[in-house]
Amino acid sequence: MAAGEGKGSQKATLLKVLHYIRKYWIYLALSIVMAAVTVTLTLYLPILTGKVIDLILDKGMVDFAGVFQILQKMAVVIAVTAAAQWIMNVCNNKMAYRIVQDIRNEAFRKIEILPLKYIDGHSYGEVVSRVIADVDQFSDGLLMGFTQFFTGVITILGTLGFMLSVNVAITGVVVLITPLSFLVAAFIAKKTYTMFHVQSQTRGEQTALIEEMIGNQKVVQAFSHEDEALEEFDEINDRLGECSLKAIFYSSIANPSTRFVNNLVYAGVAVTGAVYAIKGGISVGQLSCFLTYANQYTKPFNEISGVVTELQNALACAARIFELIEEEPQVPDCEGAVVLGNVEGRVDLQHVDFSYVPDKKLITDFNLSVRAGQRVAIVGPTGCGKTTVINLLMRFYDVQSGRICVDDRDIRDVIRSSLRDNYGMVLQETWLKSGTIRDNIVMGKPEATQEEIVAAAKASHAHSFIKRLPQGYDTVIGEDGGSLSQGQKQLLCITRVMLCLPPMLILDEATSSIDTRTEIRIQKAFATMMQGRTSFIVAHRLSTIREADVILVMKDGNIIEQGNHETLLAQNGFYATLYQSQFAV
Amino acid sequence: MKKLLVYLKDYKKETVLAPLFKMLEATFELFVPLVMAAIIDQGIGGGNIPYVLRMGGLLIALGVIGLVCSITAQYYAAKAAVGFSTKLKHALFEHIQGLSFTEIDTLGTSTMITRMTSDVNQAQNGVNMVLRLFLRSPFIVFGAMIMAFTIDVKAAFIFVVTIPLLSVVVFGIMMLTMPMYKKVQAGLDSVLGATRENLTGARVIRAFNKEQEEIDAFEEKNSALAHMQLFVGKLSALTNPVTYIIINAATIILLYTGAVRVDEGTITQGQVVALVNYMSQILIELVKLANLIITITKALACANRIQGVFEIESSMEWAQKLTDTVQPGSGMPAEDGKATARQQAADYIVEFDHVHLKYAGAGAESLSDLDFRVKKGETVGIIGGTGSGKSSLVHMIPRFYDATQGCVRVEGRDVREYTMEELRQKVGIVPQKAVLFQGTIRDNLLWGKQDATEEELWQAVETAQAKEFVEQKEGKLDAPVAQSGRNLSGGQRQRLTIARALVGRPDILILDDSASALDYATDAALRQSIRNMEGDMTVFIVSQRASSIRHADQIIVLEDGEVADIGTHDELLARCSVYQEIYYSQYSKEKEA
Repeated sequence: MAAGEGKGSQKATLLKVLHYIRKYWIYLALSIVMAAVTVTLTLYLPILTGKVIDLILDKGMVDFAGVFQILQKMAVVIAVTAAAQWIMNVCNNKMAYRIVQDIRNEAFRKIEILPLKYIDGHSYGEVVSRVIADVDQFSDGLLMGFTQFFTGVITILGTLGFMLSVNVAITGVVVLITPLSFLVAAFIAKKTYTMFHVQSQTRGEQTALIEEMIGNQKVVQAFSHEDEALEEFDEINDRLGECSLKAIFYSSIANPSTRFVNNLVYAGVAVTGAVYAIKGGISVGQLSCFLTYANQYTKPFNEISGVVTELQNALACAARIFELIEEEPQVPDCEGAVVLGNVEGRVDLQHVDFSYVPDKKLITDFNLSVRAGQRVAIVGPTGCGKTTVINLLMRFYDVQSGRICVDDRDIRDVIRSSLRDNYGMVLQETWLKSGTIRDNIVMGKPEATQEEIVAAAKASHAHSFIKRLPQGYDTVIGEDGGSLSQGQKQLLCITRVMLCLPPMLILDEATSSIDTRTEIRIQKAFATMMQGRTSFIVAHRLSTIREADVILVMKDGNIIEQGNHETLLAQNGFYATLYQSQFAV
Repeated sequence: MKKLLVYLKDYKKETVLAPLFKMLEATFELFVPLVMAAIIDQGIGGGNIPYVLRMGGLLIALGVIGLVCSITAQYYAAKAAVGFSTKLKHALFEHIQGLSFTEIDTLGTSTMITRMTSDVNQAQNGVNMVLRLFLRSPFIVFGAMIMAFTIDVKAAFIFVVTIPLLSVVVFGIMMLTMPMYKKVQAGLDSVLGATRENLTGARVIRAFNKEQEEIDAFEEKNSALAHMQLFVGKLSALTNPVTYIIINAATIILLYTGAVRVDEGTITQGQVVALVNYMSQILIELVKLANLIITITKALACANRIQGVFEIESSMEWAQKLTDTVQPGSGMPAEDGKATARQQAADYIVEFDHVHLKYAGAGAESLSDLDFRVKKGETVGIIGGTGSGKSSLVHMIPRFYDATQGCVRVEGRDVREYTMEELRQKVGIVPQKAVLFQGTIRDNLLWGKQDATEEELWQAVETAQAKEFVEQKEGKLDAPVAQSGRNLSGGQRQRLTIARALVGRPDILILDDSASALDYATDAALRQSIRNMEGDMTVFIVSQRASSIRHADQIIVLEDGEVADIGTHDELLARCSVYQEIYYSQYSKEKEA
């Protein structure tokens, strides 16, 4: 697919869509057949009605036997049409919802194996909207669009055929005037497109302002900034009012205008039809049938023009979804990767080069050798990239060159999950899933008994607050911890690791979210936990730092100093400045 | 909804004219089958071609009039609806801004944002549709029936039976499926929630190797959603076929009755055609009406939610103008003694007089019996564990929350006697969460003082230790700030929020744990430069770091909403166990010794 080749990429997307539909081809086939049946019979019905009317001529001139016969036929046609319509609807539903389900499942499975780089680099909202909104729009647009398109085309062709079979001249009138409606609709759509564009842009501007000002109301109030905010809001609000009025009004002209064209067609058919009827060319019944057709004929045209844009939109949505689904997954475990059993905990980083952006060097030729059971503290000012080290150790990101070994084995040669099993990780950004407290604690050890859970919770000092929650360990917490305080969330995250206690630990020390007194206990718990375990601590507390065997000092993403507390102080470098600032003032 | 209608007040004319023109249009539409019947009976029956042509002209004329009426109606409807929502949004925005912190806490920001955006849009849509269609559709339905009566009473009774029957089916299925669609929405929300959760928690999920479990859980939710959708879909798929059957069965009966009546000579062939036409008009309009009712129900629900926001009153009343409230000597005689006491107390810039605070809906007090005084120019450190009430304490000074008992005084005056502007000008606060607004750095700093000079801005920036990075930015003070300050680092944001508060030169500066993202060195330099500022600024520093408050004139140690002790660093270290514990957790004992 060459870049910029719009048609080609649309075709490619369409092919991929077909791949998903293939599974449900029976429904598709059935739906198409039923659509054809529905449309044909719907078109046939006015003919029957016309025939009945022709049998009702005047006082005493009614052929009751004939009327009865046709009415019976009509009843059958109606029943069959209704049944076909229902089957078609059900088939379409089934196809639409199942395909949506399949695509969402696939997208979600992809999310679980995407490299962290993708997840870090894309806003969550954007990915979520691909999985939710785009998929919905795709199914609505494509599948509904497809059936509308299909029935529309059949209706037009069918109507033409029926009309031609009755009278060519009147058909000519219909065919000549109808394109007018087409033109009018297209003209209005084109005009309103820019207006809607302006409207949605202005609306976006307004939403952004609302999010800012209402979202940070407290700050607005603290600075008595309400009047200015309202002024700014009103300016956008008035502008939005103006362009909304234009967009809504012009788009709402479309309906009356097409209806008007429709009326023209109707009048045209009425006059030419009546003239023909007077001359004996057609019957009154046929004329009434024509009138019904004239009403029906323009509708599919209008629908089809809408459907085309809808289809394009749906394809654009589909393309966005496929982009996600086809995104390069993380490097799979290499062939012959081995399970990393219970490790001793030796970690070696050899000549490691790493950067997030290719042309912006971050870590270059970094070497570190950690013996089993050692404590490594990572320190540095905020934003210096301390988390980068965690990313590399856990293999969320791969090194660009050099290697990282655990127990002398390159971590790229072991199965990812077994590497991660050996690490216990507590991040500063607490993350809890919606579910019960218990669900969250047993993440690392689903088979844990109640006793084990309580023991872990006690060890991390979470037990006392959990037990006070309404349902204790079975209390359901919402997305991202819901009503728990930041400190409580952190405690739960610690309990989670406390329960499984892997041989190596990665701890991201909380700066300020847990109160100091609880933190003292946690530090004690950490200390017991760290006994004999290799641990990496992103440290903020000097006490933690001083007890570390190795201190890595980071600045601007780089590791600039390395050593223990005494040697680093003696170097009198960045670490020394950092350390002394605590006491200097 | 009713109360929201006041926002249509200025659009009375439009609100009346829109449906009126719609009805006119509908009336002309109802004439069409009659004209057609005339063409058949008199034109064709009498072989009168000029008559046919005249009637054809009449049809076109009806169409033109219909078009004009309808466009006029659309215009008025759009104008009224847009005007309504513009006014509504203005009022809502103003109302929300007037709410106090207590209501903001209970409502939640995301709720307020939804009310202001999608709910208002739905309401606007509702108004628009109601004005356009709510009268038109029933008018056509009943109009068609009435026209049928003018043709033939007996045939018209078929209409009388068919219309209710159709309504029952159309609205019945709608009523049945509507609550189910709500469930579908809930199912969709849970699928969405799972997706979001797996993005935000990607690291933890992978660290615990939970990918497969998450996939299973997702697929289960997803399949539950699909099942629900299929079920509802099956039900609503019934609407079209069933209405099709009813309307056509009615047509069959109509044709038969017509045949009998024509045979009797009561009506003509053309009139039968007209009756059949009316029947099909009814179906089209009923379906429109059903869709309209869905829109209206949605709009009503939104309107009620918006109304709910309007009904929340600010729980805090502010003094109007300074002159109306405290005029020395103008108070009641009984107050005189108090006034002199106040005069004396004015040496103290901030006083907490046995203050208690209980948040709305909370079970217990967050602050109990706080009683302390702060002199002008002092630096006050506030330290304590999470939830000990540090932020609550400082939030009471600019009166974000009112004391449930006792009172807070600033310069000897109860904070409740100040006007909002006056108090908030005196008190500058740097909140915990460093929030900046879209615009430039300058725009943000000017929040502190509208007419600040270039020099004042730079001074504030320098004091806040932000000079270095601001100077490096392209455009310096005019460098752009993205929404919520995303293009700045946490530390940079924090320093700018501090500068913002400093620009206003407040008498009282509150730093609510606002240096947490700064490294120790910057934090220290910041405190140093604030101390060196000219003027007698009183500073409150809330912190978890002992080093940040160590040199304060007095340190308030909080524990569980109560004052554990107040004193200087040395005093507290000697006697306060809570303080000792905090301090030694950050500085090892031996170092001190």
